[in-house]
This record gives sequence, structure tokens and C-alpha cells, in this order.
Amino acid sequence: MKKLFATTALALISLTVGAQAEGKLSIYHWFEYIPQELLDKFSEEYDVEVTMDTFDSNEALLASLKAGKLGSYDVAVPGDYMVEIMNGEGMLDTFEPSELSNFGNIEDKWLDVSFDQGRKSSIPYQWGSTSFSVNKDVYGGELDSLSLIFDPPAELKGKINVLDTAGETLTLASLYLGIPQCSSDREQLKELNALVQSAKADWASFGSDVAKDVLVSGDAAAGMIWSGFSAKARGEGANIEYVFPKEGMIVWMDNVVLLKDAPNRDNALKFMNFLLEPENAAAVTNYAQYTAGVKGVGEFLLPEVANSPESNPPADQKGEFVQACPEEVQVLYDAIWTNLKK
Amino acid sequence: MAAGAPMGAGTSSHIYEGNAPRLMAPSWIFIGFFLLAPVIMMAVYSFLTKEFRGGVIWEFSLAAYDQFFFDRGLFGDEPPSIEWTYIGIFWRSIWQAGLATFVCLLIGFPTAWFIATRDPQSRSIWLFLVTIPYWVNLLIRTVSMKFLIRDTGPLNEFLLQVGVIGEPLGLINTNFAVQLGLFYSYLPFMVLPIYAAVERYDFALSEAAADLYSGAWTTLRLIILPVVKPGIIAGCILVFVPSLGAFLAPDLLGGAKTFMIGSLIEEQFKGNAGNWPFGAAASMILLTIVLCILLVYARNQNKTEIR
Amino acid sequence: MASVTDLRRFPGFLAITLTCLVVLYAPLIVVAVYSFNASTSITNWGGFSLTWYVDVFTGPDAPKFQRAAINSLIIAVCAAVAATSIATAAAVAMTRAGRFKGKTLSFALINLPLMVPEVVTAVASLVFFSAIGFTTGLLTILVAHIVFCIPFAYLPISARMQSIPDTYEQAAMDLYATPRQAFTMVLLPLMTPGILSGFLLAFIISLDDFLITNFVKGAGVETLPTAIFGSVKQGIKPNIMAISTLMLGVSIVFVSLSWLIGRTGQNKK
Repeated sequence: MKKLFATTALALISLTVGAQAEGKLSIYHWFEYIPQELLDKFSEEYDVEVTMDTFDSNEALLASLKAGKLGSYDVAVPGDYMVEIMNGEGMLDTFEPSELSNFGNIEDKWLDVSFDQGRKSSIPYQWGSTSFSVNKDVYGGELDSLSLIFDPPAELKGKINVLDTAGETLTLASLYLGIPQCSSDREQLKELNALVQSAKADWASFGSDVAKDVLVSGDAAAGMIWSGFSAKARGEGANIEYVFPKEGMIVWMDNVVLLKDAPNRDNALKFMNFLLEPENAAAVTNYAQYTAGVKGVGEFLLPEVANSPESNPPADQKGEFVQACPEEVQVLYDAIWTNLKK
Repeated sequence: MAAGAPMGAGTSSHIYEGNAPRLMAPSWIFIGFFLLAPVIMMAVYSFLTKEFRGGVIWEFSLAAYDQFFFDRGLFGDEPPSIEWTYIGIFWRSIWQAGLATFVCLLIGFPTAWFIATRDPQSRSIWLFLVTIPYWVNLLIRTVSMKFLIRDTGPLNEFLLQVGVIGEPLGLINTNFAVQLGLFYSYLPFMVLPIYAAVERYDFALSEAAADLYSGAWTTLRLIILPVVKPGIIAGCILVFVPSLGAFLAPDLLGGAKTFMIGSLIEEQFKGNAGNWPFGAAASMILLTIVLCILLVYARNQNKTEIR
Repeated sequence: MASVTDLRRFPGFLAITLTCLVVLYAPLIVVAVYSFNASTSITNWGGFSLTWYVDVFTGPDAPKFQRAAINSLIIAVCAAVAATSIATAAAVAMTRAGRFKGKTLSFALINLPLMVPEVVTAVASLVFFSAIGFTTGLLTILVAHIVFCIPFAYLPISARMQSIPDTYEQAAMDLYATPRQAFTMVLLPLMTPGILSGFLLAFIISLDDFLITNFVKGAGVETLPTAIFGSVKQGIKPNIMAISTLMLGVSIVFVSLSWLIGRTGQNKK
């Protein structure tokens, strides 16, 4: 028994020590957002062992880092408003543009962004939109309004999946009502609360990571979804159309950030630099089917991805970034969300 | 004394007298430090002030419990009334778990009875058959159930093809599906203790009842049930307690549409809300409910033993 | 007068038992059958094939699941060994050391992991580890697993010990065996079946755990259940069915083993 103990103890020590060895990179990423081949390529080129965990919402990322995971990951991929929040929480490390030889590849319009002026802690990963898709076999009417989700026609009632995140779901609801984000106006919030309450009766499920699968399998006939994820669902055989609602949609940009207390800062920067290589950024786009924020990706893109209807909204399509609300307002939105799921 | 009775005090011997502290030390260190201490810490956290977006500020506050029990309106300035949201979530979870327990009992008792009354050889085979699914990973069982009953799954395909139904049953993402999942997860917990109780049942009692012209069902109600009651109660507790905090069945089979106790607590630490003291308070309330049930059970147990 | 067997029989109980078994087995059998489906669309039957089993071992997800399986095994073995040792010591104290101070409390403590709802344990561990600065990783999972495995290992061991009268050890000590010798040479062999089933129970319980593991696992660490959960959340794929079927097979082997051990234990008595 003692021997057994000693051996297992030894095995454990080697395991924990092994986890801190050099040549590692620990990524915290959205699920299904980077091709394994690209990670393998990085791994081979730089002789770095890559491990990756995944999350399914910006809020889950933040919560996990808050609950003690900060210091165990090198890079993460938060959306725009979450970069701002994480920066405010002191979770981000900064780098000099000179530390990334490919820094100049960042598209100009994504360089001076409001959530990270001058790109001190982050680089663009992909950008896209959040709206919803409808199965054309089930519903044949016109596809142009958020009312299909929040006040659905009979064909779609009880067959709708919505994203399981307060941020995106409540923002789309606000767009539908024409309420400004982070509003603290009583009447508007009551209206918002009433809307989601009544709409919930027509929803089948809440789920972000299942958003594609429910459309492909037919479990849902309509669902809130991200643009590229919808394109993938279409690619997997779902007869769906991604809707560009006249009330507007959410536009977002996901960013690779350098985390504070990163155990492998050097490798993190190598990885960020690697992702700014047009060929690699294009590989991500070809896989996830959003749009890269890097110059020169055009020649590497698959034509069906570059020209996908999901990534090419009509020129006059309205879109808004999600805003990070101040605490006193955020608690109201949290209350509406809890109220919704009670 | 019944096997597995708590103390074993009756059979206690003294060979290693004086060694108890040394022998118990590892248990105390592990469970004390890695379970008792964390639970105590949660209790403390539930009385602290929340930090925006997760974390606590070390300042005494009753806000978490206030939020749980009192409704001050969406904007927090209305006169407080009883908050039904969270009580409702707890009540629904309790109701859900209670129903699952009841269904498990309804199905589990006849099953346990049937198995316990076979001859010893086939008895162990029946028992083996009932327990095997329990040893399969809970997650995998829940996922399998989801696959089976979803609208495009084999069950609906089959029924559609046979022509029993005209359109899918729409079982998935309903309370029924959650019930089915809970039933499926915890049924063996009900069967095993009842089986153990029935196995010890002396059928001479039934004979005596029959001699006095008691019908089978009357015998069941008046003679058998009281005798196997401890097994039934143990089974109910073993099903009810884990069902109460269940996470997988509501999440995978219920469509995560409504909060249950488990997901409400999880949400405070892993999801949108980030309100640690509130999550800690909800945990403490859940723990209190469970401990109360167990305490009542333990006291009844002691009473029957003294008799 | 009615015969004895009639008293044992109630109409419909056989039917209920069979229904019960159907409900218990149908999902597992369906998944096992579909894991041999040649078609990539998981609901249409496309003929018998082992494609997905090949995929489990050589496909793009293979390294991830293999690492997760290895982690699961390491943790289950270590947690079961540790929990069984701790539980054996506790069982000896509880049944062979007479009355001692804090005995009732100790008994409650051993059973504490069974009493605290899993989700509370999970959240409390997460917050506690983060507060004391214990970096989550494989080690945090192991520690958490040892804790909740202790009562499961304790139950069969103490049940076995209660059924062994201490006269054997008394006799050994009358023949000048030290308490230590009486323990290792007399009691331990007698307890072996109990210890083995305690070990197997702890092993399976550790292998089965999802919720607590999901909360306390560290960066880049997955066990089989958390890896499967992560994958299943995005849809049930055929390779998951193949993995599930393999795990079903492993479970059956283990239950059969513990069943056989249990029987030999009874025969010896």
C-alpha cells in the first residue's frame, strides 16, 4: 500500500510540475472557434504545447477568471465590451506594438477601437453579427424583423431557441423595442421586461453552444445565432436563412487579449503574432465563417466563405455594439434576466 | 442490529482502543479541510457584500438573504413584499424532486418487491440487471435519454413510421423530460434499500394475515408497508436529495429554460449574474433544507431502533 | 389456504419490473446501436460500420479524448486508493477502538460528503480553492474526488467489518501477536472483500463525477465526463456515442467484477 502511495504521489508531482514547464501555451477560447489544424501548426512551428479550454459566453469567461482562473491562462478571446470590462477589472496585461512584428497587419478601422484605444492589450480575432436564423421549410413568410423571435407567427411558436446570455438576448430585445442600451428609464425597462416575459412562452429552449445543432437537427425552427455559426449550420444541411432585421442587429468583434499573470507571456505574444499572419487569420475565417480584422486575408479565403450571405449584410443594415453598462444599471438587467428564467 | 446502521456501537470492540485519533486523522484532515472549511466559508460569504461582477467585499451585509426573501420591485425602491421568484425556484425544484421521488417509489417498490421474492439465485441476476445502468456515467445516461426522446430521435421516428402518432411527441425541453431524466438517474437508489428491507421481511406475517382472511392488498397496506417502511424512507431520501440539486437533467433535457436550484446557484458563480453572496446564500438555504430532512430522518430512525 | 408463493405475488409487479428495465436500458441500447451507424447523419441508419470507433482512436478529437481518458483514470485510481486507505483507517477506528471522544461527530463527518448537495460542494470548493490560492489543476480535482469518495469506500468496508467478530484478533493477540500484527495478518485479510468493493465503488464514483470536476478543474485539464459534456453541448455526434458505448462496456466489466468479488466474499464466510 505504501509503495502504491509513493508511486501515485510521484506521478502526481510530475504531472503538476509538467504543467508548468516551458514551451506551453494555455488558451481560453470560445467553443468551436479555431481549427485544430491551426493549433497544431502553431504548436509545430514554435515547439509549444498548446492546451485550450472553452467557454460559451463573455460572462462565463469573466466569471471563471474572477473565480481564480486568472493566472492559469495566457490568452483569452473576449468580445468587444468584455475587453473593456476585463480591462477595468485589471485582468489584462499590455504589450508594445514593437513586440508583435505583424502588428501592422491589423486593419486600420480595427486599430483605434473604443474598447482598447491603440490596441495595448488586444488584437482583432474575428468580427461578425448576432441575429437569428429561420428554417425556410417551416416558415415561408418574409424574413426581415426581430418580431419573428419576440412576437413569433404561429408556425414558429414553441420552436425557438435563444442564446443563453443576458447580454445578447436583452440587447436584441431592446433593439426590437427601439430602447437605447443601458437605459435606466423605468417605463422602458418595464416594457423590456414585459416583452421577454411574453415571448418566453413561445420559446423552446435557452442555449448558446447548442445554437447550431438545434437548427441542424430540427429541434428548433428558428434560433438566435451568430452569423458564422449560422453559415456553418447551413453548411451542415439546415435549410435556414440568416435574417438581417430592419430593427438592427448586434455587431461584435472578438479579440485575442493578453491576460495578466500569464504563465507563458512570450508564447502568448508569439501566438498573437501568429494569428495576425494573413494566412492564419484566413484559416480561422474559413473555419468559423466570420470576418477577420487583418489585412491581406483575401487571397487565402474560400470563395463561399468570403461571399457567404451571413457575412455580407445589405449596405444599409443597422448594427450596434453591445455596451458595458454601469453597475447600477446592470443590476436591473440582471434582475430582468433572473425574472425571465424563474 | 441492521446492517449499515449508523454507529455499530453494539458490535464495537476495543482492540485498537486509544488509536482512534490516529486512525481518524486522515478523514478529519481531508473532509474537514476540503469540505467542511469550504462550506463554512460559503456560510461566511453569504453574509458579505457583493462585488460587482463576481467576488466579495469583506463587509457584513444581509443583502443576499434580503434579495432572496424580499421583493423591492425592479428598481429596489418599492416597499418590501415577499419575493416569490427564488422561493418559487426552490419550490419548483422541491416539487420536481418530490414528484420524481414519488414516481420512483411507485415503480421502484413493485420492482424491489418482485426481485426480493425470487429465489436467491435469480434474485442476484435481477438485482444485477437493475444496477448496471446506474454504473454507467450519469452524463452519458442523460445524453442517451435526450437522444432517444428528442423530436428527431429514434423513438419519434419509430412511432411515426408505425403510424401511432402523426407528429413528434414533443417530449424534449419539457418538465416531463426532466422527470424522466431524474427517474432514470436515481431509480436504483430507490430499489436497493427497499429490496434490502423486503428481503428481511418475514413472510410468516403474510401467512398469519391470510389465515385471518386478509386480502393481498390489505396485507400489503396494513402489514407489509409498515414493516418495510424504513427501506422506503431511506430510498426516498436517496432519490430526493440528489434530485433537489440536480443539474444535468434540467440542463440537457429541460432546455435550461427555467432556473432550478442547481442552475440558479451555478449562474451566480459561472454565468451572467456574478453575485457570490447571493449564490452562497442560496447554497446555504439548500443545505439547510437537506440537513433538516436528514435530521428528521435520523431522529425517526433512532426512535424505531429504541423500540 | 393460499400457498406461500401466492403471498409473495402481486398482480402487475412483473410487468412493472419489466417496464422499469425497458426504461433503464432503452436509451443505452439505442445509443449503442447507433454508434455502429455508418451514416454521418445521426438519425438515419446507413448500415453497420465501425467508422466511429476508428474515429475515436484516430480522428481529430482523438488526442483530446485520450488525454481526458488518461486524466480520468489517473484521478480515479489515485482517488480510490487514497479514499479506500482513509476509509479503512476510519472503519477500524469506528468498529474496533471502542468509544472515543468525538465518535458521533466523526461519523457525521465521514458522511458529510453524502449530505451536502453536489452543487454546493462544487461551488464551495471552487471559491475555497481560489481563496486559499490553490491553483486549480489535476491536483484540485483529485483532492475533491478523494473527499467525496471517502463515504462510498467507507460503507462497504465498515459493513464488512461489523460482520467480522473480533474473536479472531483476540485469539491472535492471546498468542502474543501485537495489535499491528493482529491487524495486518488477521483483520486485513478478512476485510479484503469489503476493501475491494469499497475501492471499486470509489473508483466508479470518481469516474462518474461531472459537476464537481467541472467546477474545480484547472486550465486545460479535462476528464472524460467534462470533455464529453463540452462536446455534447454542441450536439450529439456519433463519436460521442462510440465513446459512450465503450464506457458502458468498461462499466459492465467493473460491475461484474465487483459482483463476483462480492460473491466470493460471501462464500468464504
